[in-house]
Amino acid sequence: MSFITYLINGISLGSVYALIALGYTMVYGIAKMLNFAHGDVIMVGGFTCYTVCSTMGMHPVVGVLLSVVVCTLLGIVIERVAYKPLRMASSPLAVLITAIGVSYLLQNLALLIFGANAKSFTSVVNMKSLKLADGQITVSGVTIVTIVTCIVIMAALMFFINKTKLGQAMLAVSEDKGAAQLMGINVNATICLTFAIGSALAAIAGVLLCSAYPSLTPYTGSMPGIKAFVAAVFGGIGSVPGAFIGGILLGVIQIFSQAYISSQMADAIVFAVLIVVLLVKPTGLLGKNIQEKV
Amino acid sequence: MAILEVQNLSISFGGLRAVDDFHVTVEKGALYGLIGPNGAGKTTVFNLLTGVYKPDEGIITLDGKDITGRKTIEINHAGIARTFQNIRLFKELTVLDNVKVGLHNQNSYGTLTGILRLPKYFRVEKQMNEKAAELLKVFDLDQEASMLAANLPYGKQRKLEIARALATNPKLLLLDEPAAGMNPNETQELMDTIHFVREHFDMTILLIEHDMKLVSGICEELTVLNFGRVLCQGKTADVLNNPDVIKAYLGSE
Amino acid sequence: MKKTMSKTLRSNIITIGLVVAVFVIVQILIGTGNISSLMKGLLVPLCVYAILAVSLNLTVGILGELSLGHAGFMCIGAFSSAFFSKCMKMFLPGMPAGLRFFLAILVGAAFAGLLGILIGIPVLRLKGDYLAIVTLAFGEIIKNIINILYLGVDEAGVHFSLKSSMDLHMEDSDKIIINGAMGITGTPGDSNFTIGIVLLLITLIIVLNLIHSRDGRAIMSIRDNTIAAESVGIPVTRYKLMAFSISAALAGVAGVLYAHNLSTLTATPKNFGYNMSIMILVFVVLGGMGNIRGSMIAAVVLTLLPELLRGVVSDYRMLIYAIILIVMMLFNWAPKCIEWREKTVAMIRGKLSPKSAAKEGE
Repeated sequence: MSFITYLINGISLGSVYALIALGYTMVYGIAKMLNFAHGDVIMVGGFTCYTVCSTMGMHPVVGVLLSVVVCTLLGIVIERVAYKPLRMASSPLAVLITAIGVSYLLQNLALLIFGANAKSFTSVVNMKSLKLADGQITVSGVTIVTIVTCIVIMAALMFFINKTKLGQAMLAVSEDKGAAQLMGINVNATICLTFAIGSALAAIAGVLLCSAYPSLTPYTGSMPGIKAFVAAVFGGIGSVPGAFIGGILLGVIQIFSQAYISSQMADAIVFAVLIVVLLVKPTGLLGKNIQEKV
Repeated sequence: MAILEVQNLSISFGGLRAVDDFHVTVEKGALYGLIGPNGAGKTTVFNLLTGVYKPDEGIITLDGKDITGRKTIEINHAGIARTFQNIRLFKELTVLDNVKVGLHNQNSYGTLTGILRLPKYFRVEKQMNEKAAELLKVFDLDQEASMLAANLPYGKQRKLEIARALATNPKLLLLDEPAAGMNPNETQELMDTIHFVREHFDMTILLIEHDMKLVSGICEELTVLNFGRVLCQGKTADVLNNPDVIKAYLGSE
Repeated sequence: MKKTMSKTLRSNIITIGLVVAVFVIVQILIGTGNISSLMKGLLVPLCVYAILAVSLNLTVGILGELSLGHAGFMCIGAFSSAFFSKCMKMFLPGMPAGLRFFLAILVGAAFAGLLGILIGIPVLRLKGDYLAIVTLAFGEIIKNIINILYLGVDEAGVHFSLKSSMDLHMEDSDKIIINGAMGITGTPGDSNFTIGIVLLLITLIIVLNLIHSRDGRAIMSIRDNTIAAESVGIPVTRYKLMAFSISAALAGVAGVLYAHNLSTLTATPKNFGYNMSIMILVFVVLGGMGNIRGSMIAAVVLTLLPELLRGVVSDYRMLIYAIILIVMMLFNWAPKCIEWREKTVAMIRGKLSPKSAAKEGE
C-alpha cells in the first residue's frame, strides 16, 4: 500500500515540476535560451504569497492571485531588461550567464528582504485529506489540488497553443523567427507573452510547492528549478506535452528513490537520469532533432 | 590521372533526393567548375565530398583511395581542403594564427613540448611562422598578419579562408562560391589568385560559382547540376552553349 | 609577426610578474607585522580561487564551453588528496611533510583530471546549455556521493560503504578516514601562502603556455568555428577533452590546496555545490572570458573587497556581484552596446590621433 502512497506523492511532486518545466520548455522553444532564473521566480511567487497571507493576513486566494501578478510582471521585466538586448549576441553563452546573474540577483534580494532563516509557509489549501482503501492510504488535500491544478493548466495551455491565434503565433515564432516576422507576427511581443505565461505558471508552482513543503528560503526555488529543467529536457525541450510527462516521471523517480534507495542519493539519481537521457536521446522523449547547417 | 572520382553519389533528406546519382572525374591539376541554379545541390555535393554528410549511396575516390563515408578530419588528412560559402574563419584568432591552425598537422610537436617550452617548440613554431608568412604573402595578407580575422574586410576574409585551406597541404582544393559578394575588380583579382595557386602549388581545384564571368574565365571543365542531378558535363565552352543548360538557367532564375 | 610573439611574451611576463610582486609585498607586510589575522587567513583561499578562476577560464574562455561543475572537480581533488595525506600520516608517519604534500598534489590533480576525462568523453558531445546543465548535474552528483561515502583503512585493508560508518565493520573507529557527511578530519595542514603562490604560478604557466602553443590554437579554433576546425583536420573531440581534463586537473590542485588548509573537510553546498561553480564563473566572466590575467585579478578583487569593506557592504555583497554580472554581460555582449562602444571609441580615436592601433586578443 505504501507503494501507492509513494506513487501519488510522486505524481504530486511531478505536477509541480511539470508546471515549472512548462515555463522552461516554452521559453526554450521560443527564445532558444535556458532561463536559469526561472526557478527563482518560483521563490518570488512563494514569498509574495507568504507576505500577503501570513504577514498581511489576507485571504489565500488574494495571495495566489497577487503572486501570479507579481511573477508575471517580474518575468516580463526580466525578459525586457536582461535577455532581450542579448538576443542577437554573438555568443550563446552570453544570455545564459546573464540568466545566472538574474538568478543570483533574485536570491540575494530575497535574502536581504526576508533573511536567510526559513519561513514556515501556511498552506493555501484548506481541504481535508482523503482516506482510501479503508484508511490505509492517506492523500493530503494539497496533493489532490496540485495534481488537479496541473492537469487543468496543462489542458488549458494545450488549448491556448493549438486553438488560439496567439498560441499559433507562439508556435510560429518558435519554428522560425524571421518567417514569423514576415507573416506579420510581432516577435518581441510573442516572446514577452511566453515569459509572462511561464512566470505565471511558476508562481502557481511556487505556491503549491510551498504548500506541500512549507519551508521557504531564498534558495527554495533553485533546486526544484534545476530539476524541472531536467524534466523539460527529459520530456524533450520545446515540447509542451513533453514537459508534462517529463515532470511527472521525474517526480515519481525522485520519490521512489527517496523511499526505496536512499534519501540522500535522490538528487544524485535525478541528475543521473538527466545525464542518461542526454547521452542516449539528447532530444528527450518527445523532442525534435536540430542540426547546424553547413 | 584522375585525382577525384565520384560515382553514383546520392543523399536524401527526409524523402527529398538532394543529390541523385552524381558523378564526376577531376584530373590532376584541373580547374573544374560545378555550377547550377540555386538549390541544385552544389554545396551538398561539397558536404558529401568532405564528410559533413554521409552519402546514402556512391563511391568517392581520392587519388586512388576510397574515402567514402569517412569523417571530415580523415578526409582532410587524406588531402581535401575546402572553403565555405558563408565564411567560416576563426574570428577571434589573428590572421597569422588562422593559417597556423591550417598547418596544425604539417608541423607537429607534443602538448608537453608546448607547455614546457622545449627547444623543439621554438624550432617548429619558427617553421610554422615562416610557412604561414609565405602563404599570407601569396594572398597579399602579410600586412594584416597580426589583425584579428574578424576585423578583415570581406574580400580578404575569403582569401584568408583559401590560405588556411592551402596550409593543410591538400591534393584537392574545394572552393564554395569564392567570388560571392565581390565586386568586378575583386573578382578579377581572385581569378588571378586562383590561377596563381594552381601553378604555384600544383593544385587541383574544384569550385562552385555563380559568377559566369569567373566560370568561363578560369574553369576548363564544368559539371552542371539541376535538381540534384547532373544535367551536363564537359569542356566549358561546350557546356555553356548546351541548350539544356541555357534552359535550366533561364527557366529557373 | 615578431611583434606579436613579443607581445604575448610581454603579456605573460606581466601576468607572472604581477603574482611574484604580490607575493613579495605580502611577505614584506608579514615580516613587518603589518597584516591583520583576517587577511592572513585569506591568503591561501585567495590562491585557491585564483587557480580555480584561471583553470575554469581554460574551459569557458579558451574552449568556449560553459561548465557549471567546476566545484565538483575541486571537490574530488580535495577529498582524494586529503584521504591520501591522512593515510600517509597514519601509516607512514616518517614521511617528510614536503614530499607528502607534493604527492598529495599529484594525487588530487590525477583524480580530478581522470574524472574530467571520464565525464568529458560522454558529455563533450553536447553543446551550450545542455553541456552547462550536465556539468552542473555531475558536480552535484559528486558532492552527493562524497556526502554518503564512508571509507576507512586499517590492517585488514580498505573498508568502504555508502550507508553508514557502522557498515564499515571496523574495530578502530579512529581509522575511519572519510566519515560520510562529516567528511575528513585531521588532514595535515600542509598548505601555506608560499605553496599557494607556487601552485598558482605553475597553473598560470601551464595555461598560458598551452594557449600560445599549437594545441592552444587548435582549442581556440574549435571555439571559434568547430566545422571549420574539422575541415582543416583538427581532431575536435581530442582537443575538447584535453582542455576539459587539464582544466579539471587544475581545479583538483586548487582542491588540494583548499583541503590542506582546513582541519575539517566537508562537502557542503557552499564550498563544493553549484553555487561555488557559479561563483568561479563570475570571476571568469568579470575578468574577461579568455583573459587569464583578468580572471585571476577578478578572483582576488572580488574575494578581497567585501572582506576589506566588511560591515559596510557585506550584506549587499552578493547582490552587487549579481548586478555587476548582469551589467557586464549586457555591456560586453549586447549588439547595441557593442555598436555604441565602437562608435564612441572611433570618435575618441578620431579626435586624438588618426592612427588606428591593431587590437590584440590578450
